[in-house]
This record gives sequence, C-alpha cells and structure tokens, in this order.
Amino acid sequence: MLKLEHITWSTPDGVKILDDVSLEVPDKKLIAITGPNGGGKTTLAKVMAGILTPDSGRVLLDGQDITKLDVTQRAHKGIAFAFQQPVRFKGLTVRTLIEIAAGGEVSYTSLCDHMAAVGLCARDYLDREVNSTLSGGEMKRIEIATVLARKARLSIFDEPEAGIDIWSFAGLIKTFDALRQRPEGTLVIVSHQERLLRIADEIIVLAGGKLTRRGAGEEMLMSLISSGDAGTVCEKKEAMIGE
Amino acid sequence: MNEITKTLLDLISDWDGKFKGAYNLRVDGTCAGRQSSDNIAILSKEDKPGLEIRIRPGTKGESVSIPACVTHGDVDDLVYNDFYIGEMADVTIVAGCGVHTTTGEPARHNGIHRFFLSPGAHVKYVEKHVGLGSGEGLKTIDPVTECFLEKDSVLEMDTSQIGGVDRTTRETKATLGEGARLIIRERLLTEKDQTAATLFTVTMKGDGSAADVVSRSVARDTSRQEYVSTVIGEAKCTGHTECDAIISGKAQVDASPRLFARNEDAQLIHEAAIGKIAGEQILKLRTLGLTEQQAEEKIVEGFLS
Repeated sequence: MLKLEHITWSTPDGVKILDDVSLEVPDKKLIAITGPNGGGKTTLAKVMAGILTPDSGRVLLDGQDITKLDVTQRAHKGIAFAFQQPVRFKGLTVRTLIEIAAGGEVSYTSLCDHMAAVGLCARDYLDREVNSTLSGGEMKRIEIATVLARKARLSIFDEPEAGIDIWSFAGLIKTFDALRQRPEGTLVIVSHQERLLRIADEIIVLAGGKLTRRGAGEEMLMSLISSGDAGTVCEKKEAMIGE
Repeated sequence: MNEITKTLLDLISDWDGKFKGAYNLRVDGTCAGRQSSDNIAILSKEDKPGLEIRIRPGTKGESVSIPACVTHGDVDDLVYNDFYIGEMADVTIVAGCGVHTTTGEPARHNGIHRFFLSPGAHVKYVEKHVGLGSGEGLKTIDPVTECFLEKDSVLEMDTSQIGGVDRTTRETKATLGEGARLIIRERLLTEKDQTAATLFTVTMKGDGSAADVVSRSVARDTSRQEYVSTVIGEAKCTGHTECDAIISGKAQVDASPRLFARNEDAQLIHEAAIGKIAGEQILKLRTLGLTEQQAEEKIVEGFLS
C-alpha cells in the first residue's frame, strides 16, 4: 500500500500547490484523482513517483519511508509513471524504449501484446524512432505501452486520455479495465474523463492543493455530476466521445 | 595478421575471420591481402599508392571491402582509391579505417576515395573510422571522398567515426547528374580534446536529382566540431541537409548548413539543432529504472545508431 502523509509542495517561487495532503492507495485498486485544473493533481502524481520531493510530509510504501528515494530508486521499488506529455527521442526506437521499460529483451509476442493493448500494430511501430514523425496520439499510446511493459506494482497515469483520439478512447478504457484485473497491479489515474472515473474503485477530488472529497467510485461520480463540480468532468467532451 | 589488426578489422569492416567477396587489406601502408572476383577487379595504381577498383556493369549483390589499418605510431599513410561502378550494378563497398598507437608517435591515415557511378548504378558505401590505443601520439584520419553520379545512379553513404580519433577533417564532394540520388548519413563522436571538421559539398547539376545529407554528432568534454554542409541546386532538384548535435561539458559545435540555389526549380531545405540532452528525456528513462548515467548512455547510443 502507498501512503501519503501530510504532503506539502510549493513551486520554487513559493506558490503552494499541495497543502497537507494525506491519502492511502490500497493494493490492487484503481484510484482516480480528479479535480479542477491547477488543483495539484499532476504534482501529487509526481510526488508519488519521486519526480518531485515534498517540502514536508512522508511517502510510505508498505510501511517503508520512500520519501527520499529518487525516481530511479522508486522505479526499482515497482512504481511506474506515464507522463501527460510524452517525450520524444531521436534515434531510440519504440522497441528499445519498451525493452528498457521491461528491463531487458522482450519476446515479439509480448511486444505485440503491449502494442495491441494500446491499439497499435507492433509490425508497423516497433522499429520506428520515437521522434517527431509520430503524432501526439501515437506518442501517448506508446507512453502507456512503456508503462504496461514495466509490469509495475503501482502504475501512475497522468491524464492518459489527453491527446488520445476519440477512436482509440474505448480501447484505452478496455486497457485500464484489463489492467485492474491483473493480480499485481495497483493503478492511480489522474483524469477528468467520466468514462475513466466510472471504472475507478475510488475517486479523490483535489482542489486548491487540498484533498476535498473522496469516496467509492460510482457513488462519487454521481455526486460530482449532480453537483456540477465545474472542471471536474467535462460534459462536452463526454458527449463527443459518446457519439 | 596480428591481434591489433584483427581488433581494428572487427570494428571497421565486415570481417569475421574472413572477408565476404572481394577485398584488399592495407596494413601500415602496404597490401596485406587481396582478392578480386569475376565481377570486381582490384588493381594497384601505377603512378601513386592506392587501388583502382572496377566493378562490371550489371553486377548484383556483391560486396568489396578495402579496410586500412595503422597499427603503430610513426606511420603517415596516404592512399588514393578509385572506384568505377558499371551501369546498373548494385553493390556494397565497405571502406573502414582503424588507427592504433601506444607510443607518443603520431599515427595518421589519409584516404582519398573517388567514386564514379555509371548510369543506373546503385552503391551502398559504408565507411567506419576508429582510433585505438593508449599512446599519447595523435591519431588522425583525414578522409576525402569525391563522388560523380551519372544519370539515375544512387549512392547511399553511411559514414561513422565513433571515438578514439584525435584529429579529423572529413571532406566529401559530390556531383549529381540527371535523376541521380545521394543519401548521406554521418555519425560522429568526439571526446576529450579531440577535434573534427566535416565538410560536405553537393552539387546537383541534373534535373530530377536529389540529395539528403544528414549528420548526427555528439561532442563531449572539451572536444570541438565544425560542420559545414553546402548543397547547391543548379537544376530542377531537391536537396535537404540536416545537422543534429548533442553537446556536454565544455564541448563546442559550429554548424553551418548552407543552401545555394542556382535554378528557380531547385527546392532546398536545411535544418540544424545543437543542444544538451533534454532533462525530460533523462527523467523518462529514470522512471523506467535507469540511472541518470545509464539514461545518458542510452540516449547517445540511440542517437548515434
């Protein structure tokens, strides 16, 4: 179990982004973090992955204090992170990136499985460079594939729907649904998407740097929609995706 | 063949205990082995050091390898090699060069290669340069490559110098006739106080000709690189030249891609980018479990692959 205790984090120029946030991420659950833009969601996800170190508070994994562990050390502890804006690499192929993620050579069958899970054909993509010839949507899917390849115990996805085209959104939901069935996986998803929130075991609302609400998935979702919590669930986007 | 020569050959040629196809092995300025084939004749030049390599028209799928090794200091090797590729031939030419010195004496190889491609010929030219040995003597490789592409011929040049060469000036000139295509891929790595200068000059004289000149380089420590690529369009043609460099430490890179349009139907593009490895690239690979140093190595390895 991942536990955050009284986490605060401010920007270098002193703007407080996280203000005394405490929460637990139980094993084998899918936890969605939602809330208005600028509420601190991405920052919180980065604190979990060790990309940011909190000003105060503790991060515990199975009771062990991992607050001071850096990104690499957290990766070795089994924490994976999918960036909201995937980075491009001139020269590195999709295959290389997935093999780095898996920690060694990966069989063609497994590579196919990882690629198929994000709606891409391995044959068309494995030997392509992860460079500017790939579209934003393709980059996003490859980013998710690198996290799938890690087979991590805790996978954190920062707005996985951003940049994903409408056609592949249904596939993305299916992928997360399948992931949550895996025995080893705990998932944290930062999202505004109703259909992603709908498959969450628990939804956490972060606003103004504070954890304002939390509750069981379906119940919280209904409550968020009926309260019209602005910026939490985008109805227009939902309508487009529902078409 | 001594161990140094074997090590160098492993790095610069397709030698794996023996050569595939025709070859000429040059060691310390003299010929150490040669094999022609029915379609590829390797002859010694009569007026100066070097080879004349003649490939019959229509030769398909054959290769010729002409590695040159300098195995110790106090050698200054100069060689002139001319390749005549017959009409419609489709061949691979491998011309690596390895320089090794363990003393304070300098070791230098200067290869002047000329390629004459007859109409319809297709050549894949692979050139690998490497420097080895712990000696303080400067290891220098100064290749000069001149290419003459006749109608509808294609030259794909894959040239790399990944480490160990202290000083290099790499000069490549090409002239393209009607419908000819030139594709150059260069990869360079300099470290410590090494210097490298790359000078490309491509002149497209025939309608429908095309050139694509791409260089990727990494400059570390206090090394310095200079890249000047000039693409000249004198006909209805398309040209592209690109230089991408990663710098670290106190390295310096000067990049000058230049386009000279001499015909209103010439379409020419250049790109150049120099910078250190992006922080988010390292961060992404760290989230996959690599250390910062491993991440940097992977990025450089991929960039130069």
